[in-house]
Amino acid sequence: MISNYRGIQAIYQFEMARFGRTFWTSLILPVITTALYFVVFGSAIGSRMSDVSTVPYGAFIVPGLMMLTMFTESINNASFGIYMPKWTGTIYEMLSAPMSPLELLIAYVGAAASKSVIVGSIIFATAHLFVDVEVAHPLLMVAFMILMAVTFCLFGFIIGIWAQSFEQLQVIPMLVVYPLTFLGGAFYSLEMLPKAWQTVTLFNPVVYLISGFRWTFFGQGDVAIEVSMGAVALFLVLCLGVIFWMFRTGYRLKN
Amino acid sequence: MQPVLSIFDLGKTYKSGHKALSGVSLDIAKGEIFALLGPNGAGKTTLISIVCGIVMPSEGAVSVAGHDHLRDYRAARAMIGLVPQELHTDAFETVLATVSFSRGLFGKPRDPDFIERLLRDLSLWDKRDAKIMELSGGMKRRVMIAKALSHEPEILFLDEPTAGVDVELRRDMWTMVRSLRERGVTIILTTHYIEEAEEMADRVGVISKGRLILVEEKHALIKKLGRKTLTLNLAEPMEAVPAELGEWRLELAGEGHELVYEFDSQAEATGVPSLLRRMSDLGIGFKDLNTKQSSLEDIFVGLVHNSQAEPPA
Repeated sequence: MISNYRGIQAIYQFEMARFGRTFWTSLILPVITTALYFVVFGSAIGSRMSDVSTVPYGAFIVPGLMMLTMFTESINNASFGIYMPKWTGTIYEMLSAPMSPLELLIAYVGAAASKSVIVGSIIFATAHLFVDVEVAHPLLMVAFMILMAVTFCLFGFIIGIWAQSFEQLQVIPMLVVYPLTFLGGAFYSLEMLPKAWQTVTLFNPVVYLISGFRWTFFGQGDVAIEVSMGAVALFLVLCLGVIFWMFRTGYRLKN
Repeated sequence: MQPVLSIFDLGKTYKSGHKALSGVSLDIAKGEIFALLGPNGAGKTTLISIVCGIVMPSEGAVSVAGHDHLRDYRAARAMIGLVPQELHTDAFETVLATVSFSRGLFGKPRDPDFIERLLRDLSLWDKRDAKIMELSGGMKRRVMIAKALSHEPEILFLDEPTAGVDVELRRDMWTMVRSLRERGVTIILTTHYIEEAEEMADRVGVISKGRLILVEEKHALIKKLGRKTLTLNLAEPMEAVPAELGEWRLELAGEGHELVYEFDSQAEATGVPSLLRRMSDLGIGFKDLNTKQSSLEDIFVGLVHNSQAEPPA
């Protein structure tokens, strides 16, 4: 299944070079966004907020903020990466090259996930300028970050293949993922909600992802870490399944 | 000798129900230049796209030097280079980067010397650091060729290589095709410029409405189907073809100064000697005469016209 390592390398480098061309904007944007969030939520509002079960509010929002940006970055980068060759027509070269679908996937998703992890790390570093954040389980936190980046890049890859216009490319990240993340406890704990809304919120799959990531920071989350892990695994398997089906049928790639 | 490319009973029906190809079988020998002729929408690009792995066939099989193009796609595709019809390029990449990228994509180790030679051969070396979007259409076409040749393929597909290309590039391209052939590269090109096929190809295939209606060695084709035209420049203009010459079905041209007779050069009796005898009997004098062999273009137009006149199969 995997043997054309040079092909993977070629696409990976191509994609990273694409990010490199917008290196400073990609770097500065998350720094500014993080700073803005901390000014508004951390200082202005956060100072009036009580601790969320022993965690100061400023620190509490760090994992949520990282996830929010990483979700959208992952989806945007991965979907754009595969959509652009489709749009410009250069996809002909990938399809006619001796590359297996898995190799294409590794190259595109690998590159997009790398960028997401970099952006996530930048936010993490920037957050330290504003608040003290201690990570209870650093190894698990890194693993969770990578896993989330890969999973959402797979999701983005699916969107990129599915989309037939730039509008379709934007619609899922903007209208589905962003609100679900916002409502999924990126900036609050479910305990802050009325009982009825807590139940409703539990139907939001993003809750489990953010809660799991927060657990790696503070050793506590809205749901048990095992449930979060299960949710991540389920999402990952779901994405892989859809991609496997797309490749097998040639969906929107080959006539 | 085993063909380097073997296409068997290939068919393609698109989801829209459009039948783009049906029952196409074709063997290409190593080192040959094969021209696929056909009007727009005949199925030339579909055929190439299937062989290259861009379009899935509905039926049939393709084998590249013995490798099935679906089961053993790595070996098959590694041998093929494709220059598509459209200029699909990454606008922001440099020439050198995009050509090196293609080589990597096909799993070949880096070889800066080879890439340099390739770019020099295609007069692209001076532009190696230019972004593709800064290049003219002709230069972009050269980049596409360089990309296709970057992994040293043994079979090169050129889909409408000279469409919208200036004279200089066309000449360069023909030179390049010949030098590739000397190195043993097999070349399959599609075109609707007949002169191109006539100039370059060893064999010609004519495709119309998704069917390969003819495959023939070029010279044999011209000879076999070749019709000749005899033009007689008359001493005295005439207003109508005399009834006595009716059996030759002559046409009057040049405001009555020319008599034109079309005949089959392969026929037992061409009718030329008897026509000339009859004319001298009738006292019709002529100053000059010439005969012209019909070109591939005439043959092609005739073939496609005939195949389209038939009811759809």
